[in-house]
Amino acid sequence: MAISVDTPEESRDLSAKAGYTFTILSDSDTTTIRAYRLLHKGGAGHDIARPAEFLVDRNGIVRWENFTEDIRVRPRPEQMLKEARKLQNP
Amino acid sequence: MKNLNWRLWVGLLLSVVAFISYFNFFARFPVTRDIPWLNVLLFFAAMVLLIQGFRSARRRVMAGIVGAIGAGIFVFFIAVIILGATVLPSAASAPRVGQRVPDFTLLDTHRNPTSLQQILSSTPHGALLIFYRGYW
Repeated sequence: MAISVDTPEESRDLSAKAGYTFTILSDSDTTTIRAYRLLHKGGAGHDIARPAEFLVDRNGIVRWENFTEDIRVRPRPEQMLKEARKLQNP
Repeated sequence: MKNLNWRLWVGLLLSVVAFISYFNFFARFPVTRDIPWLNVLLFFAAMVLLIQGFRSARRRVMAGIVGAIGAGIFVFFIAVIILGATVLPSAASAPRVGQRVPDFTLLDTHRNPTSLQQILSSTPHGALLIFYRGYW
């Protein structure tokens, strides 16, 4: 699932345009982003999340995480799928 | 037309194109986004044209101003790309491997409250949480 400060409507537009089928959640007031210590204060002229990815198991335990230091460099889908497969077949 | 210093003006135009095309086009593809090599190549071509244009110019002051604007765009691009993209707050206190992530309840795209607990209990193995900047 993906989380950002975008409103549900903005995320719905993005989802429709890009053809995404995964869950997109809206954290407009950054409560969850703060709880995860990922707040980028004034990052886009207003508060947003710094990019981060977590693979969590059914118990909510982090099994893999990634924090980029460059907004242009994100993990590739194949990299995340590889990590997810490890969770499926430990 | 004979007196038009085309190298100078094409060089300036190419600088502008090299700058804009990164954000409007090349940033969409990881291969040209992560390292903007194509845009840097375009800038190099622009700089060559600007230098040639400046050398053959009769009105040196004017050519110098145009050349400086073109070069300035290149410098600004490098600053935006290198500095702008890497100014991120530390994630040192974010959850790490082995730690439990905080639960949350957020609205999905249909404004239905959705909790992490709910998602995790409905999947066989777990979930991938992607925090992104938004405003795409």
